[in-house]
Amino acid sequence: MSIPLSWYLALSAALFSIGVFGVLSRRNAVGVLMGVELMLNAVNINLVAFWHYGAFGPSTGLAFALIVIAIAAAEAAVGLALIISVYRRRKTVVVDDVNLMKF
Amino acid sequence: MSLDASQFVFLVTALVIVVSALFVVTARNLVHAALWLIATFAGMAVIFVLLNAGFLALVQVVVYIGAISILIIFAIMLTRRVMQDTGPQTNANWYWGAVVAVGVLVAALTMLQLPNALTLGASSLVPGFSSAPLPQPAEFADAAAFNTATLANLGLALSSPDHYLLPLLLVGALLAVAMVGSINIARDDKERE
Repeated sequence: MSIPLSWYLALSAALFSIGVFGVLSRRNAVGVLMGVELMLNAVNINLVAFWHYGAFGPSTGLAFALIVIAIAAAEAAVGLALIISVYRRRKTVVVDDVNLMKF
Repeated sequence: MSLDASQFVFLVTALVIVVSALFVVTARNLVHAALWLIATFAGMAVIFVLLNAGFLALVQVVVYIGAISILIIFAIMLTRRVMQDTGPQTNANWYWGAVVAVGVLVAALTMLQLPNALTLGASSLVPGFSSAPLPQPAEFADAAAFNTATLANLGLALSSPDHYLLPLLLVGALLAVAMVGSINIARDDKERE
């Protein structure tokens, strides 16, 4: 007996919705970024689960999961740099207060 | 229904992942949220091991736990003074966020046709996918040999122009641009002349 594919998909859906809630509800911009990381992780579960259950060829799912991880790293670096830059100028990290592109 | 060892490990890991993810989005203290995020990433590494993707589990630990979590903790510490972990940590419209999140969850689970899909031995619900993993090819002696071959295949696919060489190069360029850009953005204004 093994683990059905739908278990992985259900876990992924739960993790993605929790990430959506984090993105929409957090006041702190770093908290929003953490929600985005949760959502990217949920996507990775899906990619690797579908790869494990066949149909995508020997390494497609793994290759794209690696690409998602690299893009998540780039996104985290740029996002946190933006947060630190906004904090220097405006002394705030609350997303609601940062509603102008230029000040 | 009776559970075998891998199903038990999966259920425990899934519980850990979901509970720590909930703490990530609800913890008042952001440093605690970042530590729960590390627990979530560790659970994901276990899931990758269950999926026979050992290399990806390693990458998960090195990149997510080793790099991204540390980056996030640094950002929290650098911006700590303004959010003293007092006062509301959620914005005024957080219940709309909860509604949207529950809607996404219900939509996804409806497409999975729960709860039928969760019963063991259910027929395939996703066209083209069997409900059981593909059998391990007979030419590999054991799981270790199979994993080695998988990793070799991944390396060949990532370095072959017929497969994923171009995406790999694009990701490399993207990472380089993102690193230079983030250093430029985060640099102190006083340092540039």
